[in-house]
Amino acid sequence: MSDYILEMNHITKEFSGVKALDDVNLKVKKGEIHGLCGENGAGKSTLMNVLSGVYPYGTYSGDIVYKGETCKFKDLKESEAKGIVIIHQELALSPLLSVAENVFIGNEQTSMKGVIDWTATRKKAQEMLAKVGLEHEDVNVPVNSLGVGKQQLIEIAKAMAKKVDLLILDEPTAALNDEESKKLLDIMLELKNHGVTSIIISHKLNELEYVCDALTIIRDGHTIETLNKGVDEFTEDRVIKGMVGREMTNRYPVREGVELGKVIFEVNNWNVYHPDDGERQMIRNINISVRAGEVVGLAGLMGAGRTEFAMSLFGKSYGQKISGTVKINGQEVHLNSVKDAIDSKLAYVSEDRKTYGLVLIDDIKHNMTMAALRKFFSKKGVVNANDEIVSAEEYKKRINVKANSIEQTVGSLSGGNQQKVVLAKWMLTQPDVLILDEPTRGIDVGAKYEIYCVINDLAKAGKAVIVISSEMQEIIGTCDRVYVINEGEIAGELNKDEVSQEKIMQCIMAHNRKGGE
Amino acid sequence: MEKKKTANLDMKQYGMFIVLIAVFLIFAFMTGGKNLSPANINNLILQNSYVVILATGMLLCVLTGNVDLGVGSVVALCGAVVGVLLIDVKVPMVVAILAALIVGLLCGMFSGFFISVMGVPPFIVTLATMLMGRGATYTILKAQTKGPFNASYNYIGAGFLFPNAKIGNFNMICLLVAIIATVFIIIGEVKGIATKKKYGFAQNPFYQTVIKDGIFIFLVWFVLIKLGQYSGFPFVLVIMACIVGVYHFITSKTVAGRQIYALGGNRKAAQLSGIKTDRVFFWVYTNMGFLAGVAGVVLSARNGSATPKAGDQFEMDAIASCYLGGAAVAGGAGTIFGAVIGAFIMGVLNNGMSLYGWSTDIQKIVKGAVLLVAVTADLMSKRKK
Repeated sequence: MSDYILEMNHITKEFSGVKALDDVNLKVKKGEIHGLCGENGAGKSTLMNVLSGVYPYGTYSGDIVYKGETCKFKDLKESEAKGIVIIHQELALSPLLSVAENVFIGNEQTSMKGVIDWTATRKKAQEMLAKVGLEHEDVNVPVNSLGVGKQQLIEIAKAMAKKVDLLILDEPTAALNDEESKKLLDIMLELKNHGVTSIIISHKLNELEYVCDALTIIRDGHTIETLNKGVDEFTEDRVIKGMVGREMTNRYPVREGVELGKVIFEVNNWNVYHPDDGERQMIRNINISVRAGEVVGLAGLMGAGRTEFAMSLFGKSYGQKISGTVKINGQEVHLNSVKDAIDSKLAYVSEDRKTYGLVLIDDIKHNMTMAALRKFFSKKGVVNANDEIVSAEEYKKRINVKANSIEQTVGSLSGGNQQKVVLAKWMLTQPDVLILDEPTRGIDVGAKYEIYCVINDLAKAGKAVIVISSEMQEIIGTCDRVYVINEGEIAGELNKDEVSQEKIMQCIMAHNRKGGE
Repeated sequence: MEKKKTANLDMKQYGMFIVLIAVFLIFAFMTGGKNLSPANINNLILQNSYVVILATGMLLCVLTGNVDLGVGSVVALCGAVVGVLLIDVKVPMVVAILAALIVGLLCGMFSGFFISVMGVPPFIVTLATMLMGRGATYTILKAQTKGPFNASYNYIGAGFLFPNAKIGNFNMICLLVAIIATVFIIIGEVKGIATKKKYGFAQNPFYQTVIKDGIFIFLVWFVLIKLGQYSGFPFVLVIMACIVGVYHFITSKTVAGRQIYALGGNRKAAQLSGIKTDRVFFWVYTNMGFLAGVAGVVLSARNGSATPKAGDQFEMDAIASCYLGGAAVAGGAGTIFGAVIGAFIMGVLNNGMSLYGWSTDIQKIVKGAVLLVAVTADLMSKRKK
């Protein structure tokens, strides 16, 4: 027996041949708060899904020892029965149900079989809320009448109601402001005093520094190191070094003969407010410019506002009360609809190809021509199907979409090939400025390389290319210049020769500190 | 490119067509050939004309992933408008027809407004128009039947083109149409092969093309010979053919049509591709209202009167036709020809069961079961892939 409540040994998890986790070890002592950090895609969430049984026993290798016994969880229910509760980034609350109902959702207080005991529900809900510092809240109001911060605490209360021993929080403060975050972290410390062990995943290193007793760093599916408070150096800089200290291999094609032209895309004083909340400013005074032939990166953590910025530019597809000016090819343009944006030669390749990019039940050729149909493939509203087929064949060959024919439905393609179809769709609109939002999310290394080549070709052809990516490596590998965005503002601008992951992280941290004061 | 590319015909596309022929043959066998008689073929076309017209418009709604429940009521309302104008106000026929079409159009715009501008789900909006339209019809007609209309109006629903152009007992118009249709099918096929050759696309094997076109030409001649033996070429068939032709063109060859498919397949992606989805919704429902107006005119002309109960449950027949014709329940897939074939499958079933002597009660059970089996089979076949 040891003083570890949880030991995960040699965990390896593969997704269709790609190792998401490779021999990962995680040891958590009883009663501590253990931080888990790493870049996006490093494998943190995968590891927690292995632990909680979302990926059942047998789909991974390695073993999990919890409270001294080896566990083989088949699903979430089994891990919850043992007192392991995971709270995901996206809140799992039912917005119109009351606070009390939410606290006991899936865990209802019943008197007889299946009949809910409302008095007990309310009374116990009140007790649970007291544990998370919400003793003054009315348990009868609908959950959506509370702020995001309180909702997050209600998630924790919900976990408490399940008699939790090990609480896992996946980016609990991502949507919270500093004050709310502080409160949540203090509640975690409070719970620790009551004997609850927690694992917290976060990008906000200052928070981890504040709350954690130990910290495990994961990079590319490997555990790098575990730092203990009071033993090891426990600072942001030390952690960043652990997170990014990796050698660059040639995962990115070399850009040859970079020739920058005039500035052809310029955004000034761009401000955007949240679509549902006119008080909440999402984008604040952003100014950017891109030259012909230049690849510019927008770096930042998830939720920094990059996608919101891009979509608000693209025909006001996001937000309200949008102000600021856009110049394309030196002329000011007013992009009030997506059609205006396309006509002004702006293209936006969305981060979520399945939801925003493709009609999955339709074929490759129709998807490719979807955005360009009116302008380039029709005369007086009648489609020229033959031109369409010729162009689709040309682009299929040009960017190497692996499919039997252009008649194949897009839903049957792999992620990488789907992404290529989306790229082709926007290349066919003959844009001068392309915004690529997470162009390689969830696709394999080979397809990534091909997409980087396409980006280089576009730049070579004199287009202005903006790449949004949460993978800093990717930004550094593909871009000529980088804007760092944090909390809807530009936190810094870095040139190719000075950009590094440390620099980007430092920009973000410096900006966080400034905002916090 | 020396290698000859070939691709087999997509049998799924013709599956329901084969089912239609099969159902027809089964009833031919069961009724001892009664449903093959010239009078019955004529009947089949006249009886189903308005369902075909409605199914054409309904397909566009189904493509967006929704339905229009209000069409039956709008059909009745437009018929009532004609009734009041012809019988009570005694306006010229053209004015009455125009008024009915405008009322249909306005009903469609009414639904379209609430769906696209106010963002109310189509199911709710058209449930409301179904109730309101039926109520308005009863109010206008004071719950009574208006009629009879004069023969020149009835011609729209029950007349024939040049009924006296006969040689022997056979109407020459039908012969002419059959010849023209045959020529068009062959020219169309030759042109298609030529473009495929020009662009180097895959060709269908020649024997398959011959069989396909052979069946089409046979059917055209079969129907037209029967019609020629009876009273000639029905005027309704002209309206129907024009509507089906126009909407087939719109859905398959125009930007507007492709926007409907894109919207139905993935609304968000369509929006981010520059398609104004609200506008598409508005026109789809406005168009449905207009076609319901056309169907209202045709139905009242065929009946020779306007009744408050007219068009009852037509929306269900139209919706069922679309799904029978292979349209996807979630939207984004389906064809006009599919919907037309679906409508005729329903029609042939109705007609055959009536001839065989089954009551309308039993007919409903069979129709419901056929719809369920057809859609289930369609879903199962997709799941296997």
